[in-house]
Amino acid sequence: MPKQPGDASTQQVSLWRRFMNQAANVFAVSAAVLVIVPLVVIFIYLVWKGVGSLNWAFLTQTPKPPGELGGGMANAMVGSAVILALASAVGIPMGIGCGIYLAEYGRDRFGDLVRFTADVLNGVPSIVIGIAVYSLIVLRQKHFSAFSGGIALAIMMIPTVARATEEMLLMVPNNVREAALGLGIPKWRTTLSISLRTASAGVITGCMLAFARVAGETAPLLFTAFGNQYWNMNPNQPTAALPLQIYTYALSPYDDWHRQAWAGALILIVMIVAAVAAVRIATTRGALKGAS
Amino acid sequence: MGVGIEVRGLNAWYGKHLALKSIDMTVPANHVTAVIGPSGCGKSTFVRCLNRMHETIPEARADGLVKVGEMEVYGDGTDPVEIRRRIGMVFQKPNPFPTMSIYDNVAAGLRLNGFRNRKQLDELVERSLKLSALWDEVKDTLHKKSGASLSGGQQQRLCIARSLAVEPEVLLMDEPASALDPISTSKIEELIFQLKQHYTVVIVTHNMQQAARVAELTGFFLMGSLIEYDKTEKIFTTPADKRTEDYITGRFG
Repeated sequence: MPKQPGDASTQQVSLWRRFMNQAANVFAVSAAVLVIVPLVVIFIYLVWKGVGSLNWAFLTQTPKPPGELGGGMANAMVGSAVILALASAVGIPMGIGCGIYLAEYGRDRFGDLVRFTADVLNGVPSIVIGIAVYSLIVLRQKHFSAFSGGIALAIMMIPTVARATEEMLLMVPNNVREAALGLGIPKWRTTLSISLRTASAGVITGCMLAFARVAGETAPLLFTAFGNQYWNMNPNQPTAALPLQIYTYALSPYDDWHRQAWAGALILIVMIVAAVAAVRIATTRGALKGAS
Repeated sequence: MGVGIEVRGLNAWYGKHLALKSIDMTVPANHVTAVIGPSGCGKSTFVRCLNRMHETIPEARADGLVKVGEMEVYGDGTDPVEIRRRIGMVFQKPNPFPTMSIYDNVAAGLRLNGFRNRKQLDELVERSLKLSALWDEVKDTLHKKSGASLSGGQQQRLCIARSLAVEPEVLLMDEPASALDPISTSKIEELIFQLKQHYTVVIVTHNMQQAARVAELTGFFLMGSLIEYDKTEKIFTTPADKRTEDYITGRFG
């Protein structure tokens, strides 16, 4: 190797600098560990408490009357899936549409108003959204329903999805848009097929975050989906949901229900992780070499 | 086949700032015309006015007469999308669509305008990549690799292929080689020379040697005005205007 400029001096790294380098490293690693520890502890605790009550009956049966042993949460699992599907079907397209508006057109006062409203909505306690949907839909229909629960959760998803979509679209370099417009591709096509596609990884992450957040919500479902001890496949009727079932069981005086609440919590976490992982796998399978 | 361009009294603004002052210029069909001048002189604005890309910038506008072939670019009822379909553009920084494969990049302009015939699409993609001298380097990884995975010079040739695939009549190039190394630059220049058989090419360049190498005609812009426009040879040997002479001899700019 030929002699490099500054060869002599670079070998003499002072002790102090080496110490500081180590200290910074230790600090960064311990911060990362501190973040992971609570998550891992919660998960291990859930598995420890919940896995014992997991059995075939729990996964396939509806709840037994109070005080009786056995039964399961099958109806609540399906109910949660239905409510979350409804919420995603409404909340994700509306959120993405709103985000597109904010990023591509909303550079004016109205855009600022929408942005501000979305941020406020994001901070509204979930129980308030539950009450609002209760008075707007449930009181008018005069009955609880999976439908109203889905709407309540959708309202909670919209601001998260909208702001994530906006931020991801703003990260798409302008020269990519120019390239598309320069080819004679209309603006709406450019936005949907070029900008949104380029930003899709981030937009999907935003949708998954919103999904995971509302999947565990209990408060907005108390006045909307209400819960149900029996099978119900009609989205216009009161429907069981895992968070509601966990809430009811955890507050009950029965030991068997306490154990089932732990199992329900474990199932809820597994369902969320499975859904997020499935979307991740489905969306990265088609990725190209060297795509950024 | 390429078509000629007529420009009469073209003005362009950014907000209140007048960036182009009453430009008159006639660009002949199937020739390479270079536009030179110091930074900020309006040369990029000028080519962006030819395909109505100028107005995509907020608060930017332009007026005047621009005729490309028989088409009035700023005529009433002229659709800017249609204009851009017939006048291709290559930008300063290579800008392939990052999430698309090489093939999809080239096919994008056709597909997103509703072109569906798979066989014809394959042919057009191959023809465009051959025209832009990229085919041999990418033919085995057309569908596997992203456009963003290519080198800078390859990316720029990919962008040229993408513009050519929609079969424009005019190709505008805004400093297409300024971000590239000398070898890639010479490839692009060779390519420009080939392209004029099929297209009218207008190229903006910072590099006067490049203008001298590739263009038959050269226009010199200064502070929003077209100072001198003539055969390239004339501009670089016996310019009529003192300011042109000062610029090409490196006295300013």
